[in-house]
Amino acid sequence: MNEEFQPEYGPKWSDQRVERMLGALVCGVVGLLLAMIVTVFVRAWPSFSHNGLAWFGPGGNVDDQLNAIFLSGQAGTEYVYTFHAWPLIWSTLLITGGSVLIALFSALFVAVFVVEFAPEWMSNILQPVVRFLASVPSVIYGLLGVLVLVPFIGNHLVSEGQKASVAGVISLSGYSLLAAIVVLTTMIAPLMVSIFTDGLRSVKPGWLEGSLALGVNRWRTTWKIGVRSARPAIVAGTVLATARAIGEAVMLAMISGSVGFAPNPADGLIFIYEPSRPLAPTIVKNIDQLSSPPANATLFAIAAVLLFSAALFSLTGYMARRSMRKYGTA
Amino acid sequence: MLLVDKRKGAVEGSATWALSDRIGLVICWALGLLFCAIAVAIVVYLFVKGISYLDLSMLTTPASAGFSQAESGGFSDALLGTLIVAVMAISLALPAGVATAIWLVEYGRPAALARITESTIEAIAGIPSIVLALFGTVIFSNTALGFLSRTSEGVVFGRSFFAASAMLSLVALPLVVASTREGLNSIPRHVREASYAVGKTKAATVRRILLPTSRPQVATGAMLGLGRIIGDTAIIIVLLGATQNFAPVEEASFPFNYLRGAGTTLTNFVYEASPTGNLNQPEKAYAAAFVLLLMVLALNAAVDLVHRRARKVGTWSH
Repeated sequence: MNEEFQPEYGPKWSDQRVERMLGALVCGVVGLLLAMIVTVFVRAWPSFSHNGLAWFGPGGNVDDQLNAIFLSGQAGTEYVYTFHAWPLIWSTLLITGGSVLIALFSALFVAVFVVEFAPEWMSNILQPVVRFLASVPSVIYGLLGVLVLVPFIGNHLVSEGQKASVAGVISLSGYSLLAAIVVLTTMIAPLMVSIFTDGLRSVKPGWLEGSLALGVNRWRTTWKIGVRSARPAIVAGTVLATARAIGEAVMLAMISGSVGFAPNPADGLIFIYEPSRPLAPTIVKNIDQLSSPPANATLFAIAAVLLFSAALFSLTGYMARRSMRKYGTA
Repeated sequence: MLLVDKRKGAVEGSATWALSDRIGLVICWALGLLFCAIAVAIVVYLFVKGISYLDLSMLTTPASAGFSQAESGGFSDALLGTLIVAVMAISLALPAGVATAIWLVEYGRPAALARITESTIEAIAGIPSIVLALFGTVIFSNTALGFLSRTSEGVVFGRSFFAASAMLSLVALPLVVASTREGLNSIPRHVREASYAVGKTKAATVRRILLPTSRPQVATGAMLGLGRIIGDTAIIIVLLGATQNFAPVEEASFPFNYLRGAGTTLTNFVYEASPTGNLNQPEKAYAAAFVLLLMVLALNAAVDLVHRRARKVGTWSH
């Protein structure tokens, strides 16, 4: 038997078998994702069911609440679940929203520049620069933020008067919304640029040439025809970058200030110097509390919110791209 | 969408544009230069700091407890940890990712499953790594998986190189899948048909024709994945343990005693050595960050090299 001629891919590697093996693997990956979603929500349920919608609302000091939750689990007496996550959610909204807006604006200009207006030597420099910025690990951004940007903000931008004016409430040391937004923007803008440039490059040349032939200048052609037709790619890039920003935990744990405090825009411009802590870094900061059952449920509840918003963003992006399918670019 | 071939120099100048358009062009230049400046600043700053603080002995001595930065050793365990995690995670993610991509492009039936798989991969790419890490704590503290981490008195510790690598492979998976798919999709239909015509089965075509042809894209995907793996911190903090040294498990034999134990990586070391971490040794954090940056730069250069090679070989379209 062994000496006989055998085709290289005999029955052992027949098409049906290979197809079934690969199919099984794919099902495994899908199953893993489903298992993850179910697990996270099941684990999170005690926290949500005890707090109801108040989970998302304001009330009390979040850090004290987290501490009480953890201690009640350690003591083993009646578990405490009371948790009002508004300061964390608000901080997430401010930091993510701020940096996505700035990143969207600058990434759009840079992408247009790279694709259309930069001289060849400039776009040859910019492309590797963008790729490099997108691949720097977040912890390096965090380190530079904490050792360079935070001291700079604390020593030079925030005045003594401003520090004194909020001294009873919070200390302004440079760990701030501003630092978080600046560093997060630097992290996500390159991601957007690389997707935007792909989108802009695949716009049909005929459309642009038509516009040029009508005497519209290059700048306006690029924006009115190029950028508009590349909208699906712009949505895709923005969604990806937003998901990244919401899930960024370690860098923000390092520079956001790690205080469960909700910066109030009504305070005036000073609020951008105020520290806070978004949702994802809260998990990192409290990770050693996983052994306490109520703290475990609370952290999983935070994870569930992150997971849900990530899913929501993918869905929004998907819908937006569907409705723009006529533009023909992905 | 190149409007004009810039190399020919026949570019409409901006002199005739309206003022608002010219202001826009200035913004373009300013932001482009800002990007370059940021990148140069990061590289130069870390090189200067890294070279002044990095002592070659740091690469070979493990971290130890000490009162000053001079006494507390180096980060050899972290460096080794990064390498171990990178190898283990990519050796999980690469086969799984390539197989998924092959199934999606070459088989993909039933169509509903293909659509679900596509969304799954997209969803995994969008899941924050901290959520993956929390999910990992649930999986790996399961008593059935106790053989993958430290177990004492029936309680499974759930933190080990196995756990961290398994979860990190999920971080790399979407990148490998996307890149491999791109490679497979760029091979025209007639190449497959030629292979079937000489009697090769579908499986043999994939193995002998399609995979070798899309090797550059597979390699690119693997290296992008590697970059994400060595740069990830959240999963390491949660699933590899809060220690700066290897913590091998006694009852297992080499190398499983190390792989089942807790450990650290460069990212974790940088995090802990930064002023917000537990060690607070900024000089060592700079040194470790410098080493990490060198790895990232090397990976970037490798991606470039693969791209250039692939371009030289050419494509199928002619």
